[in-house]
Amino acid sequence: MSKKMHIKLNVNGKDEEFLAEPRELLIYTLRERLNITGPHIGCETSHCGACTVTIDGKSVKSCTMFAAQADGAEITTIEGIGNPDDLHPLQTAFKEHHGLQCGYCTPGMITRATKLLEENPTPTEEEIRFGMAGNICRCTGYQNIIKSIQAAAAEMNAAKEAAE
Amino acid sequence: MKDEITREERVDNLKGMGCSRKRVEDARFTQGKGNYVDDIKLDGMLFGDFVRSPYAHARIKSIDTAAALEVPGVLAVLTAADLEPLGLHWMPTLAGDKQMVLADGKVLFQGQEVAYVVAEDRYAAADGIEAVEVEYDELPVIVNPFESLKSDVVLREDLVAEDGSIPDGAHGPRKHPNHIFTWEAGDKDPTEEVIANAEVVATESMYYHRTHPCPLETCGCVASMDKVNGKLTLWGTFQAPHAIRTVVSLISGIEEHNIRVISPDIGGGFGNKVGAYPGYVCSVVASIVTGKPVKWIEDRMDNLMTTAFARDYHMTGKIAATPEGKITGLQCHVTADHGGFDACADPTKFPAGFMNICTGSYDIPTAHLSVDGVYTNKAPGGVSYRCSFRVTEAVYFIERMIEVLAIKLDMDAAELRRINFIKKEQFPYTAALGWEYDSGDYHTAWDKALKTVDYEGLRAEQAQRVEDFKAGKTRKLMGIGLSFFTEIVGAGPVKNCDILGLGMFDSCEIRIHPTGSAIARLGTISQGQGHATTFAQILASEIGLPADSITIEEGDTDTAPYGLGTYGSRSTPVAGAATAMAGRKIRAKAQMIAAYLLEVHDNDVEFDVDRFVVKGAPEKFKTMKEIAFAAYNQAIPGIEPGLEAVSYYDPPNMTYPFGAYVCVMDIDVDTGVPEIRRFYALDDCGTRINPMIIEGQVHGGLTEALAVALGQEIAYDDMGNVKTGTLMDFFLPTAWEVPNYETDFTVTPSPHHPIGAKGVGESPHVGGVPCFSNAVQDAFRPFGNTHTNMPHDHWRIWRTANELGLHG
Ligand code: FES
Ligand code: FES
Repeated sequence: MSKKMHIKLNVNGKDEEFLAEPRELLIYTLRERLNITGPHIGCETSHCGACTVTIDGKSVKSCTMFAAQADGAEITTIEGIGNPDDLHPLQTAFKEHHGLQCGYCTPGMITRATKLLEENPTPTEEEIRFGMAGNICRCTGYQNIIKSIQAAAAEMNAAKEAAE
Repeated sequence: MKDEITREERVDNLKGMGCSRKRVEDARFTQGKGNYVDDIKLDGMLFGDFVRSPYAHARIKSIDTAAALEVPGVLAVLTAADLEPLGLHWMPTLAGDKQMVLADGKVLFQGQEVAYVVAEDRYAAADGIEAVEVEYDELPVIVNPFESLKSDVVLREDLVAEDGSIPDGAHGPRKHPNHIFTWEAGDKDPTEEVIANAEVVATESMYYHRTHPCPLETCGCVASMDKVNGKLTLWGTFQAPHAIRTVVSLISGIEEHNIRVISPDIGGGFGNKVGAYPGYVCSVVASIVTGKPVKWIEDRMDNLMTTAFARDYHMTGKIAATPEGKITGLQCHVTADHGGFDACADPTKFPAGFMNICTGSYDIPTAHLSVDGVYTNKAPGGVSYRCSFRVTEAVYFIERMIEVLAIKLDMDAAELRRINFIKKEQFPYTAALGWEYDSGDYHTAWDKALKTVDYEGLRAEQAQRVEDFKAGKTRKLMGIGLSFFTEIVGAGPVKNCDILGLGMFDSCEIRIHPTGSAIARLGTISQGQGHATTFAQILASEIGLPADSITIEEGDTDTAPYGLGTYGSRSTPVAGAATAMAGRKIRAKAQMIAAYLLEVHDNDVEFDVDRFVVKGAPEKFKTMKEIAFAAYNQAIPGIEPGLEAVSYYDPPNMTYPFGAYVCVMDIDVDTGVPEIRRFYALDDCGTRINPMIIEGQVHGGLTEALAVALGQEIAYDDMGNVKTGTLMDFFLPTAWEVPNYETDFTVTPSPHHPIGAKGVGESPHVGGVPCFSNAVQDAFRPFGNTHTNMPHDHWRIWRTANELGLHG
């Protein structure tokens, strides 16, 4: 076993500091060490996106990144996106438009979609399909996920306009 | 008392059957607060994982665990030798065979469980696995079932007597050491006679490739043996928690009341999570041995390689008809590759599932089916991947045979279907292979589908496209895929459906609270189907309390009534019926209470939405809420306090959902890439409980159908190596590859189901696979294609084009 490393992270606004083996994967840190179980494991090979989190403003599959590589980073998981009293428009839209079934892909989907809409607040259907292609859903066939993201985008844009 | 709101508003307030109620499950899932098995953490919990065989067929010379036990964090390593004294080195399968829990002297497929390492965490377990030394002696590998039946390599020595004779298997005589069973339905001689004398006979052989349900969450469990109380708790991804409890009790000897099985949230099942796997047994043993909770979670490779493949049917068909296209007979033979152990999850009397629904939606007077199950060096399983026990195979078979016959007759395939459909007035209809179809109106559905897509217009466009292609104006062909399917779901009547002797009824228990809310518990378990939402809707309509005031609970065997779980689209047909029946018992008691409160005779009150009213005097009523309160708090002569009911429902028959699908596809002959231009799906699932959820099921099922038809497979090389062990090679469509689907419906309620519902979760998969496949094949029909095997991935489509000489 190799020497442990000193790692600092900020996850959902909270500072975390711990010693970990260099081989510790970030998804393991989140789920096992920090008890943040929203991000899921579906493949551990970067294909399914169930483990998607946001790291320093980018969508990242946390199953194929070492915790040590994230040292010093700011990380947002589904748990940091909204809360019961203040849901993110995507969280509301996924329920409203039946954008989930078993819910296993949902945290990764919504986390990815927050970034997609930041990068492109008015995506076409094609842009959504392309931008979400790193996240696999086995249940919904995507149609209602697309609908949910479109609805959330409309909602967010309307709110922005109203605020301006 | 004056009514404040209209009757219509009262109906709306209930959010009962027929409305697109939003799902109650979604709040937790959208906020990352689901509770899946891998989210469970217990004090001192250990982690178990397997040493797996790299060989598909080998003898094990030795297993050395000494070095592994030295690895920091490793607590124990289990091998078959450790399990043998407990009698747990083998376990019964759902199909009446037995399966090694840990390799007992030999391995029969790549990835087979050889030893189980128990460690403090996953990393230590992985280190331990590396350190276990296993010496193998390779044996000849058989991955082809036809060769297996001719080979003198015996795969299962345990199934051959010492004198070399072959004892009967669970399903009767076996004709070769590698043969599992022969199963037949229908009449052989008359069918052969019809075929021999027919004016037209079309023959085709097709391979329905091996694939895998691959839910996004893999299988797993947490076993916790509490030695103080003698109680075992087992959390896991179980589609049938009660059946798992009974099986665990039978094989471990722990009494059933001391076992609590809990299915927490499940991240999709699609058949993968019906069976009992070595991981469950080893985790239980490890927890008993260490006195600590033990978790086992498959990784994706374990999942694809070892638990629950689907399909792998080699099918040969003969279909006889008159020159006008009236079908007169059908014969089907299947060589079924079951892998190293027969672990198919089928009702006991049906070793090939409901393959005998393969006469489809057609009035075929004579038919015969025979299926031979065969052992090979492939993983065991044979589960129903989003279908009811091999119905997908059956529907694929008949929907391909229809197309092949249409080619032979030079007839339009839509018209050929129409003239052979079972007519509305023929229901209930007894098919040549034995099933009694409860209801159907196929012509109406077909006509509606063809009209909506402008079928004739599509054919004209396709003809033009062929012209253009021949003239060099385009490199894209157009395919029109048709399918009309009849499913058989809702297993099933206890008289002919059981698994391991457990009757396939289901159950619901309702408890109404004094203030007019309720909890209902069922023997099923949702894996994304939204039971907490839809079963509350059934109840709301039956008992007149708002769905929002009804909690649905499933999956905990200590609290839920016994049931056989969720697969084969059986939840709505069986547990949904139990729910309605339990609701009616509540209503019957409520009626007596209402009559007492209103001071009239029981027969003088009637149910109206959310209340009982005095007949002819609707202003005199008691709401169900008031009745609930009175049930608990008012002394009513002759009536026990409380308002509860339980119902165990043994369905009188299966249900038979059906549907009409059309797919329009453009195929680039130079790249082999198919582009789905349009997909229209008409489903008739009887009474519709929640249209939003039905549509969601259709979208999801069609996407899984697309995957299977267009690329998804579990492939082996000749050495028995799995070539598709990760999501790199195993095709799961992304949002980029999937079209938008148009959904539609007709409603033909099931006559024997209390609310007329038939189940829908699997229809789109069952009907979708032949529809996508037929679209590909139809594109090449004008160039001489009769049949090509799935999966139609880009390379295979390109190859078809190439073989037909379309690359110039
Ligand atoms: S688990 Fe990370 S991409 Fe699948
Ligand atoms: S909702 Fe089940 S995987 Fe997406």
